[in-house]
Amino acid sequence: MPYIPHSDADRAAMLAAIGVRSMDELFGDVPEHVRFPELDLPAALSEMEGRWELEVLAEANFNAGSGPCFLGAGAYRHFVPAVVDAVVRRGEFYTAYTPYQPEVSQGTLQAIFEYQTMICNLTGMEVSNASHYDGATATAEAVITAISVHRLKRRKVVMSPSVYPEYRAVVRTYTQGMGLSVVGDEPAGPGAHDSAGWASASTLKELIDDDTACVIVQYPDFLGRIEDLSELAAAAHAARALLVVVADPIALGLLKPPGAFGADIVVGEGQGLGAGLSFGGPYLGFFATRQKYVRKMAGRLVGQTVDAEGERGFVLTLTTREQHIRRERATSNICTNQGLVVLAAAVYMAALGKCGMRRVAELCYHRAHYAQQQIGQIEGFSVVGDAPFFKEFVVRCPRPVAEINDYLLNEWGIIGGYDLGRDYAALKNHMLVCVTEMNPREDIDMLVEALQEVAL
Amino acid sequence: MTEPLVYEISRPGRCAATLPDLDVPPTDLPEGLVRDDLLLPEVGELDLVRHYTRLSQMNYGVDIGFYPLGSCTMKYNPKINEEVARLPGFARLHPYQSLETVQGALFLMYHLQEFLKEIGGFSAVSLQPAAGAHGELTGVLMIRAYHVDRGDEQRNVILVPDSAHGTNPATTSMSGLRVVEIPSDARGNVDLEALQAACEQHSDHLAGMMLTNPNTLGLFDEHVAQITELIHEHGGLMYGDGANMNALLGIVRPGDLGFDVLHYNLHKTLSTPHGGGGPGSGAVGAAPSLADFLPGPIVDVAPERSDDDAEFYVFVDPPKSIGRVKAFYGQFGVLVKAYTYIRMLGPEGLRRVAEHAVLNANYLKSRIQDAYRVPFDRICMHEFVCEGHFADAPDVHALDISKRLIDYGFHPPTNYFPLIVPEALMPEPTETESKETLDAFADALLRIAEEARAEPELLHEAPHDAPMRRLDEVRAAKELVLRWEPE
Repeated sequence: MPYIPHSDADRAAMLAAIGVRSMDELFGDVPEHVRFPELDLPAALSEMEGRWELEVLAEANFNAGSGPCFLGAGAYRHFVPAVVDAVVRRGEFYTAYTPYQPEVSQGTLQAIFEYQTMICNLTGMEVSNASHYDGATATAEAVITAISVHRLKRRKVVMSPSVYPEYRAVVRTYTQGMGLSVVGDEPAGPGAHDSAGWASASTLKELIDDDTACVIVQYPDFLGRIEDLSELAAAAHAARALLVVVADPIALGLLKPPGAFGADIVVGEGQGLGAGLSFGGPYLGFFATRQKYVRKMAGRLVGQTVDAEGERGFVLTLTTREQHIRRERATSNICTNQGLVVLAAAVYMAALGKCGMRRVAELCYHRAHYAQQQIGQIEGFSVVGDAPFFKEFVVRCPRPVAEINDYLLNEWGIIGGYDLGRDYAALKNHMLVCVTEMNPREDIDMLVEALQEVAL
Repeated sequence: MTEPLVYEISRPGRCAATLPDLDVPPTDLPEGLVRDDLLLPEVGELDLVRHYTRLSQMNYGVDIGFYPLGSCTMKYNPKINEEVARLPGFARLHPYQSLETVQGALFLMYHLQEFLKEIGGFSAVSLQPAAGAHGELTGVLMIRAYHVDRGDEQRNVILVPDSAHGTNPATTSMSGLRVVEIPSDARGNVDLEALQAACEQHSDHLAGMMLTNPNTLGLFDEHVAQITELIHEHGGLMYGDGANMNALLGIVRPGDLGFDVLHYNLHKTLSTPHGGGGPGSGAVGAAPSLADFLPGPIVDVAPERSDDDAEFYVFVDPPKSIGRVKAFYGQFGVLVKAYTYIRMLGPEGLRRVAEHAVLNANYLKSRIQDAYRVPFDRICMHEFVCEGHFADAPDVHALDISKRLIDYGFHPPTNYFPLIVPEALMPEPTETESKETLDAFADALLRIAEEARAEPELLHEAPHDAPMRRLDEVRAAKELVLRWEPE
């Protein structure tokens, strides 16, 4: 039997030591009428057959690495240096669990401490936790932190419509039992999208009042745009509300960190930092905030200390916030997080480093702008809005986006952009195009040529 | 053994990555929006590899040795799982690709849903939750939504046994519901009389109960059928914490016991690695009462497109869904590993897993219970709880025993949990460990019990033979150094 080492002799000796005659006797407490069901599952495979089956399933997909890909919208194709997987595949890391025993978990603990430091520096914040499940759940936990900072007295959350639609949905799922009102992202709200211009994040200011716990915006936003958030931060702070910024860590290699604008909590999707696409997960929710909120934040934290001989070491700390100590009064129920993806992100950021992170961001920025200029010149296509942007931009198309994408894939082997009509009625026939360091000029020129055919 | 921080080996101008030259005309950078500094390490590739390799050598994992961390099911993580999850056809799929281009991935998810339904005895499964606690949040929100849907908004009480994982009460609060704790009885079961009283007291407000079975004492509750019946009589629903499902594969299906919703821990029961603290996966199964409330999207067969040979898979949202609980569809890479594991074992193999997990736990218990008191002494399931202290060595605590085990080359069991057993030690051996390993671990525990009397300072000062000596956790919480800062 795979993965079970027992011989018949072992079993016999062990049953005798326990004092039972058979395996079945171990399950006497299980109600007899439902005991030992026949499971209707396919028969076991050998490793060879298992591998073949999985290979067939994998090959039934068209993978985004097999051709040019311009799809982003929250999951991004960024290059992952080989060192990342080489480290992540070490059994010492991936077959360990949460570092409850620090004396034999210094590898995991120190890597998290390094990760926390790098996330703080990237976001311009003072403390980072050891991760959430993804950017969406980190955003929802930021709302809970903000509510807790206001001791549950404030009940309103102002959220920009330009936060990823799935993140906004998750915020609503998480808070459905808390009696909050989440406002600002309604289709006709002040920040709503229309096909011509769209309002900026600062239009959310009018919604902030003394019942507002936090304001959530995204940077770059869902449509790729970047703007100075200091005015919004000032308006939030004037009402003692927290500014939560959902940020793309790759963009922060180049752009001013949200901390510099006055953000109180910076969260986001760390997938771009070495996690790959993997059909939506496992990804990495990062969460960073100000020192003064550290006791209100959720999640695991690693702190520095010394051992009995005075050597520097690391441990999980401030665990009194957590569920296993505080139970129903914990800051969150989170337990297992995204440990191995945190390690990947740490190795990625250390490998790219100060210069590499900037370089990746610049490649994204310049190539995205080149692509926007080229596509804007195609008859029938037009770029929308004139706000500064990072690696994504919006294009108004002459035909439905789904139709164009079918053509791009079937005729050119290109994965096209995201169909914004899925989420915003006003943005029917609008495509969100994503360009990263993985799209060389030939890719972009090929896309432009293909779109010219579409326009004909 | 210490290793400098990656920041401390950083030297200006180094970089461990190579990137292409810019091949398009540059555009002006956005005015006022460019950062002026970025404090990240600068290291060469070899130094980077050595740094993280050395850090790995300061870690303990299942690949190194016995890791009997109770409630965590630290079984072997098959290497084939790692291989297949990295196949480009899985690893390079963008979650928003058109459905036509991801049918292999959807086939896998659909059939994993089907497998989990069959294993748990449920009528529907969502793969979206990212970990056990996330599955709990999902399930309790579903219970809440069920009552709200029926106009029973006053139902806000969740009963939680005193032996429960901390995530159960924390989840209840997060869902906007109220916890009422139920004591355990002398045999380690839920105290039926107390449960009856609580049900009657809160009958109009009862939303449901969260129950781990086998419970955190490693015992199968002898009254589980009466418990689920009682909760249902009072209008509540049963949440099953599937953390301990490794004992139940092919033994009994929680759905058949009357549970309405349950989370599976794919990273425990179904062999996907724990990754130093995730990623896990907390898929949720639901009985017909709750199936409509599951988080979407879940995978289904498109009726209108399945006329030809191949079935076409699509995403659907259950009609009364609580909404998404995360972006995209779940921890897909983890799902690939769990699917592979189920395919490798088949139905008989899964039952053998549970049988041997239970065999190993009972064998280990039989080897040590003369030296370590087992407070609820029954046939256990996949784990058991003993007391880590001795009347004739009162200064020795469960923590000392745990740290001394490190010197013998083992990872300590879970300690100080469940809270209802003083100085608790909770070993969970799992089915993948051989008799020799269990014997070696039992021998070490027996020797430590002798040392506790003869040389207690050996235990107090342990570990002696580990990458670090005992660490000062109080100081960490007091000084609160949470990141490196330049001098």
